[in-house]
Amino acid sequence: MENGFSSPRSESFPAGLRVLVVDDDPTWLKILEKMLKKCSYEVTICGLAREALKLLRERKDGYDIVISDVNMPDMDGFKLLEHVGLEMDLPVIMMSVDGETSRVMKGVQHGACDYLLKPIRMKELRNIWQHVFRKKIHEIRDIEHHESFEGIRLSINGSEFSDDCIMFSGEDLTSFKKRKDFQNKYDERDYGDHSSTKKHRVVWSVDLHQKFVKAVNQIGFDKVGPKKILDLMNVPWLTRENVASHLQKYRLYLIRLQKENDLKASFGGIKHSDVPSKDTSGGFGLQSSIHTNQNDVANDRDQFSGSNFYGQDLDAKNHDGDREEIVLEPKPDSKKPLTADVPDPQDTRCSQMSFDHSSASLGSDVNYTEFDCSIPKQYPWSECPEVQSKQEHKLLLQLEDGFSQQLPCVPQHYIEIDQLQSGRDISSPIKNEPVLVRCKSHRESHISPKETAIDDFSVQPKSLTAYHQSFEPSSTAISSMKPQAVDLSCITDLESCQRNLISPTDSTFPPFNEDLTVCWLQGDFLNKNFGLPNMEFADYSDHGFVADIPVHLYDTLTSDYECPYDPTEYPIVDQGLFIL
Amino acid sequence: MDRNRLARQVALQKQSLFDQGYIDQQFIQVEELQDVSSPNFVEEIVTSYYQDTSRLIVNIEQALERRPLDFDQLDRYIYQLNGRSTSFGARKVIAEGALFREYCEAENAEGCKTTFQQLKTEYATLKRKLEAYFQLARQARLAETASRPM
Repeated sequence: MENGFSSPRSESFPAGLRVLVVDDDPTWLKILEKMLKKCSYEVTICGLAREALKLLRERKDGYDIVISDVNMPDMDGFKLLEHVGLEMDLPVIMMSVDGETSRVMKGVQHGACDYLLKPIRMKELRNIWQHVFRKKIHEIRDIEHHESFEGIRLSINGSEFSDDCIMFSGEDLTSFKKRKDFQNKYDERDYGDHSSTKKHRVVWSVDLHQKFVKAVNQIGFDKVGPKKILDLMNVPWLTRENVASHLQKYRLYLIRLQKENDLKASFGGIKHSDVPSKDTSGGFGLQSSIHTNQNDVANDRDQFSGSNFYGQDLDAKNHDGDREEIVLEPKPDSKKPLTADVPDPQDTRCSQMSFDHSSASLGSDVNYTEFDCSIPKQYPWSECPEVQSKQEHKLLLQLEDGFSQQLPCVPQHYIEIDQLQSGRDISSPIKNEPVLVRCKSHRESHISPKETAIDDFSVQPKSLTAYHQSFEPSSTAISSMKPQAVDLSCITDLESCQRNLISPTDSTFPPFNEDLTVCWLQGDFLNKNFGLPNMEFADYSDHGFVADIPVHLYDTLTSDYECPYDPTEYPIVDQGLFIL
Repeated sequence: MDRNRLARQVALQKQSLFDQGYIDQQFIQVEELQDVSSPNFVEEIVTSYYQDTSRLIVNIEQALERRPLDFDQLDRYIYQLNGRSTSFGARKVIAEGALFREYCEAENAEGCKTTFQQLKTEYATLKRKLEAYFQLARQARLAETASRPM
């Protein structure tokens, strides 16, 4: 296997594009390698899906695009596709000798950005750089959206402005940042430098987020501004932009939570009817998978949990009744704007998630997408704590919003989950990261649940798992979203949080009540060993909502697809995540 | 002289293989990938193909012996074989493979067996013809190299 990822792209794009080709056919591998080299791309070939995943994980930023055959002996190509999309958020092109519409559709559903039929011609390969480019543009747009929003708010607040933000108008900011960010992104990419100081690539670990929240509370939420927060946080490598972006998300999260709470109050519970409990073929990708995962805590899959998520495991377990409760509350517009931005920051992800989930209360979609953009693609949830942070960050972001306001009822879901789940023990250590919600959820949900086999990838499930643990949920991607990260100490920082915090004594959650949300906040969760990633939600059967949550997580991702995004539903998840 | 004659012969043989439907445009695509670093690239590909698929052929043969036939398994095998056959445009083999797949889907045992026999014939014939072609092509290249001024 050739290893070509190490060298940075010194020539101008698209020359030097780092391609990973996965195919069990050695003949085609040779041909593709030769063809791609002729396009001046850097090629790495791989004959096994697992090997490919290993390579990708070893070097998270070592590749720009993956081309994979749908038919692999050790793993279904679609599963690999899901994994890559979720974990690494790279564009994936599928190949097959079979051009049946259903297969192609499946590819698209699972997040493929293209589907090539064998025999593949050179000209088809020459154009693959467009997928990479497109993704970058989308990411930038998403980030910009946040930044511009942030900028506007800052200007409104009269707080400090970032040097490179033109605060006076959203558009100015957007265009300015777009140029700048894109260039930054590209330059950074060239050198494989993805240190935390890289713009938008900060990994918001639990600790970091806690610092952030502390600072916010100290300053006073109304008077807060990135510079002030940054000064208080006293984290040398953190930039104002990082904080600004994070603050943006946090605000949105809080807004969302607030709305959820309001909604909850009015509806007296969330009804999640949309989530299809079983969905085959990833139609509901996320949703189904989530459900499945939750219900089925089956760790038997050694595949990427994502795949499980995608509904392969859809299990009928979820009980609609229960799920109903969890239902993600549709988010009202807070998310809307966001969603708009995220065209498909992560195409693959979104596509995967979006499948047709109808229900997906995607409220959180927006959030996720947003987060996704700014957060490094990979979902760090896999065993590394720091990796997680990224994910967590996402979740945090989500959660944070909720935090500042009172915790929305969302937690209820979680709580429910716990209760339902009876004590599954999640074995994998869970990081205390706050449920990096959304972002993670999506992705992770996919991934996590079944991550068992995939060691590295534990990211997602972790968050979820954490959650579960507290609730004794073993499954539920949702749970991971929440509680895990819930750090009580963080919560205490937030007044509103405190109100709603309910000490979730392991799995003894009071019947859903709005205050339950806090449950996950409890530090208990944090350190539990959640069996993460695989959201083994074995005991989920009753947790209807659990499933729901993930779904919506996914939904966010699917924002670029037309998923019926129901913002309200999303919030739930978010809240859980931010419990810091 | 020799060089030119050989080069012409190679071209003619290739054209003949095309005309008879043994290979298609993909063959040319792969040939175009040949360069100084890999002047025999097509030959390498074809050799790799026959090595890789020989086991598949045996597997299919064995699977066809079973009673009852496992059509899903057969379908999986032929899917793999077809994918590989497209690598250099083994047209007739691909055609037989597609037919075989149809019979699998229809769960037609007789159709599968008959088609597979045809496939094996095409598979072997193509191998023979390509081997002859490559030999000639190598000779032509040698003649070409030899005649180059030092």
